Amino acid sequence: MSGTNQIPLLLAYAAVACSLLSGAVSMLAVRRHPNFLHFGSFLFLFFSGAASIAAGTWALLAKVSVTDRFALGLPWLDWHVRIDPLSGFFFMLLGTLVVAISLYGPSYTRGFARGEAAQPLPPLGVFSALFIVGMQMLLLADDALVFMIFWEMMSLSGYFLVVYQHQHAANRHAAFLYLLLSHVGALVILLSFGVLAAFGGGLTFDLMRAAKLSPLWATIAFGCAFAGFGIKSGMVPLHVWLPDAHPVAPSHISALMSGAMIKMGIYGMVRVIYDLIGDVRWEWGVVVLVIGTASALLGVLYALMQHDLKRLLAYHSIENIGIILMGLGLSMIFLGTGHVMLGTLGLVAALYHTINHALFKGLLFLGAGAVLYRTHEHDLDRMGGLIHRMPITALLFLVGCVAISALPPFNGFVSEWLTFQTALQAPALENGLLRTMIPIAAAMLALTGALAAACFVKAFGIGFLGQPRSRRVARAREVPSGMLGGMGLLATLCLLLGVFPTTVIQAMAPITQMLVQAALPSAAAQGWLWLTPISPQVASYSAPLVLIAIVAVLVLGYLIFKRGAIAPRRAYAWDCGFGHLTQRMQYTSTAFSQPIRRVFSGVWKVDEQVDTLTTAGPIPRVTSLHYSLHTQDWSWLKCYVPIGHLVLAAANRIVFIQTGNIHTYLKFSFATLLVFLWIVS
Amino acid sequence: MALSSLGLYSQAIILFAALALFTSFMMLAQGRMMPLIFTFAWQGLLLAVVSVLVAIVSKHPHLYVSAALTFTLKVVVIPWLLYRLSVRLGMHYDAEVIEHPTLLLLGGVALVIFSYYVAKSIVHLSGLATRNTIAVSIAIELLGMLLMSVRKSAVAQVIGFMSMESGIFFAAVVSTYGMPLIVELGVAFDILVASILFGVFFFHLRDSFGSLNVVRFNRLSEATEPAPLPQAAGVSTVKDPS
Amino acid sequence: MDRQLTAWALAAGQTLLFIAAAPLLAGWLQRVKCGMQNRAAPAVWQPYRNLAKLLGKRMLLAENASWLFRAVPYIVFGAMLLAAAVVPLIAVHLPSAAIADVIVLVGFFALARFFTALAGLDIGTAFGGMGASREMMVSALAEPAMLMAVFTLSMTATTTNLSVATEYILESGLVLRPSFLFALLALAIVAVAETSRIPVDNPATHLELTMLHEAMILEYGGRHLALIEWASQVKLMIYAVLIVDFFFPWGIATDFSVLAVAIGFVAVVAKLMLLAVLLVVWETVLAKMRLFRVPQFLGFAFMLSLLAMLTHVVLETGG
Repeated sequence: MSGTNQIPLLLAYAAVACSLLSGAVSMLAVRRHPNFLHFGSFLFLFFSGAASIAAGTWALLAKVSVTDRFALGLPWLDWHVRIDPLSGFFFMLLGTLVVAISLYGPSYTRGFARGEAAQPLPPLGVFSALFIVGMQMLLLADDALVFMIFWEMMSLSGYFLVVYQHQHAANRHAAFLYLLLSHVGALVILLSFGVLAAFGGGLTFDLMRAAKLSPLWATIAFGCAFAGFGIKSGMVPLHVWLPDAHPVAPSHISALMSGAMIKMGIYGMVRVIYDLIGDVRWEWGVVVLVIGTASALLGVLYALMQHDLKRLLAYHSIENIGIILMGLGLSMIFLGTGHVMLGTLGLVAALYHTINHALFKGLLFLGAGAVLYRTHEHDLDRMGGLIHRMPITALLFLVGCVAISALPPFNGFVSEWLTFQTALQAPALENGLLRTMIPIAAAMLALTGALAAACFVKAFGIGFLGQPRSRRVARAREVPSGMLGGMGLLATLCLLLGVFPTTVIQAMAPITQMLVQAALPSAAAQGWLWLTPISPQVASYSAPLVLIAIVAVLVLGYLIFKRGAIAPRRAYAWDCGFGHLTQRMQYTSTAFSQPIRRVFSGVWKVDEQVDTLTTAGPIPRVTSLHYSLHTQDWSWLKCYVPIGHLVLAAANRIVFIQTGNIHTYLKFSFATLLVFLWIVS
Repeated sequence: MALSSLGLYSQAIILFAALALFTSFMMLAQGRMMPLIFTFAWQGLLLAVVSVLVAIVSKHPHLYVSAALTFTLKVVVIPWLLYRLSVRLGMHYDAEVIEHPTLLLLGGVALVIFSYYVAKSIVHLSGLATRNTIAVSIAIELLGMLLMSVRKSAVAQVIGFMSMESGIFFAAVVSTYGMPLIVELGVAFDILVASILFGVFFFHLRDSFGSLNVVRFNRLSEATEPAPLPQAAGVSTVKDPS
Repeated sequence: MDRQLTAWALAAGQTLLFIAAAPLLAGWLQRVKCGMQNRAAPAVWQPYRNLAKLLGKRMLLAENASWLFRAVPYIVFGAMLLAAAVVPLIAVHLPSAAIADVIVLVGFFALARFFTALAGLDIGTAFGGMGASREMMVSALAEPAMLMAVFTLSMTATTTNLSVATEYILESGLVLRPSFLFALLALAIVAVAETSRIPVDNPATHLELTMLHEAMILEYGGRHLALIEWASQVKLMIYAVLIVDFFFPWGIATDFSVLAVAIGFVAVVAKLMLLAVLLVVWETVLAKMRLFRVPQFLGFAFMLSLLAMLTHVVLETGG
């Protein structure tokens, strides 16, 4: 009602307007003046991101919900928009990534305009802008119409971005699969909104919130919402589009897709389940927990077998969505059985991991893009030694790897710690079965974390350390400072969110207050230095002290040992006296993950082929050896290929209608006309 | 009720019950003949000790007799019979290859959770302070049945059968202070006779089929053919003509 | 305020004592092992002499060692120092125990292991890659067992804070908990796997087929090697003290009076010496397993910890 209350909404409008302007600049100006791409479209994207961050922060800190309506849609259906703490939180997330991309993008996209495989730049700019507008508006949506319109806009512009390098057939297939599954997901989400609208009597979220649903219909609405938003988030077994689509998009778009687009699925789940349906049941929580655990474990196991860096990162997105779903599932279980404080803790853990994942996954994709920009390589087995050639990129990528492996003192560790603490409160439940299943789920989370660390040791170690395995990698240079700036921003935020968890949790209090009418006052009760989510006797963690201790050891080590000591001597690496080592003698990524592949061998479909060529004679000598290894996703073979066959078989059954004979078609129309006339009379 | 509020004897009952469950898991994973029989004897000993402890706590002296009976049968006689049988069949150094031991153990864990779920509805009927062990007894019985259904060696299946009986006996001890003595004596002698008959049967089976691997018994069905040997996967060698 | 200051000073002192005493434990372990294998033993102070020698040596680095390679020993030592600050050695109630709980402790070990594995891959030799790959597999399989065992203990003590948990177990007296028995066995197996002892890894070998941890640090020399060796000695001591704290905490000081601290000191020394003897007997009796038997071994540990959790839920809190 007052002027300052409207500010978050005005800032959000400004963000959307800047994105649209960015798209307009790309469309109109870039062909004539390519430099306008930097000083036009990416500049507007920067402003858009900054306005989003401002809007989100204001809405979150001022704890306001502001609504508005436009007469833009159909005559009897207005567009309702609303910004509240939950959408503010996701606005901040989106805005941070957009800012990082606007710093990174100008230099990176220049690479597309050069060389034999040159692409036109205007479509990239236009569809990036539409993609971001789609996400921003769907966060603002306060009725189902606006939500679905901009959900579709986001999915469609995502398709055009994925298929940007359409010369390769594999890219077209990946984009088609993405489009197909997005639309199936959108249909299912529409079903869920349909149920809510039918009971609420209208399409606006306010009416849906007030609707009284019977348990059966609430479960149906939950099921549809979970499945539909889950397709967009990439949960197992609906994840098959993700590992194909994310790697083929341009890297800054992959960062945006993996960092922001799949989080829109999480936003949708939280909005529909916690806000619109309201009465959360614990059985739903069990389903979410089980699917989350399966996604986490399968995601990381599939990631371990990849040697394409961006595909590896895409599978890790599936794993992290699984972890977020585990937090949400635990929260639902506790809320459904009446433990509101513990439910809040689970929700906070899930939302914290959401923003953490956006930051470190965005950073990792931008890093992979930087390597791709300089070396045109995306296969780990052709990289190596990049820490010497691209030191700052390597350092920033290392920050991303440490953060995603959930190691203290970075941010990934805090959200996993909070998830573990939520799971540890299982003894508060009365149901004995849940009390046995939740610790098992927590043990699986521990296994996932350890396997993720193994995978990122592989990714960083094979890709950046060691000796270069191909010529272009041996001659790589550091990337331009704009790209370093974008990555550096995300890396700094990873560190800050890891070291000041109490501030972040206090900032998230308005969200949980709005959704479940509870907050976590005990989290910062001992001061900003100590994170005590339940109570100091139960668990406490002081991230700043951990960081200070590690830095102190490094500084002390330097002071005590380095000053005045003799400089170390450089020599050859130890080769057992056999002679000079070549770069082919290093471990490859396949070799690194071989022990884990042997232990968990049932998880993948593995085809391993060894062909040797030997000389004839009394003592055969191997003259040549060919090794090939293919790992495939079982869910693709068991779930999707049969569905494809079923559809084709059904189509074959009814193909007899299509005779190609014009007389038959005329007879069909004639018969239909006769039947209708008879019915009408 | 919390564990620390129970007396030391009751805590010991719970401890030995848990160890008996552990021996069930060990038997699931154990492929070698001698350690399997040994572990079965240990399970019998633990259950005998539990009977003695329940006798002390609940002051039902007939449980001492049950304990003595269990000890004689399950710890001395039956393991000795099985040992002698394996030696005479020449099988006492045999080791069975267990496929997917991890899956088997996880299946065992699922069975324990299931028996906990099943026992929840009847636990409140018992008056004993350690009535939570009913779930453990059901679990021991189900694990014995699992052992019988997945193992290929006939001796292992016999041990699974005996282990099931141990589970039933244990359930009786912790829920109703033991079965009537007549019933118990009857069951015990049935088990004894069964084990002797198994011994006789094994000789006949070995003579007819040439082995005691129960997979070979599939030949009794006219519908199935014995499975062919697995091919070596994906290794090909091409001779270079030079 | 004054009491706070004494508490922090005592915490700092305990940490330094922890770090300083770790090589002594390694020396005692070596002495007992030699005694058991009928060899002439070095003095108990030999590890200190080794560390001093290494610290004074000039370092030899491979040509392509990066800045990460040179920073890793300090990061690893820092993580172990933090872990040593958190585990109660002589007294509970120390404020440093609130910096991290047992899950964060596992996180510290994971941090050290992550960077050591990266250092193994840095030079680009096959040894380093092999050590890193095997170590990550073994640790990935040990994590669920460790966490499940820790969960069971935390569910009984209703806390993950090490100091509060130790105090709870101390105050509840002698209770025969089957969950604790299974958790002890599981934790012992995990400790053997994580500290690279027999049967998972042989700490005294440099043969390619039998190395896990040693393969990752093969290229290190001089003061880097001193810091890494010291850190692994501290890690062994941390696991030993963790087992002592959770399962046999009697004697630890609950207040800061001189008598209590002295009793705590004597108690922990005695328990660590006994635990070292048990470890040596275990290592002498068992042989090192081949690498792909280790997953079964760790699967057994996971089953034990699952049993611990199940017996806790079914037997100890039901009804």
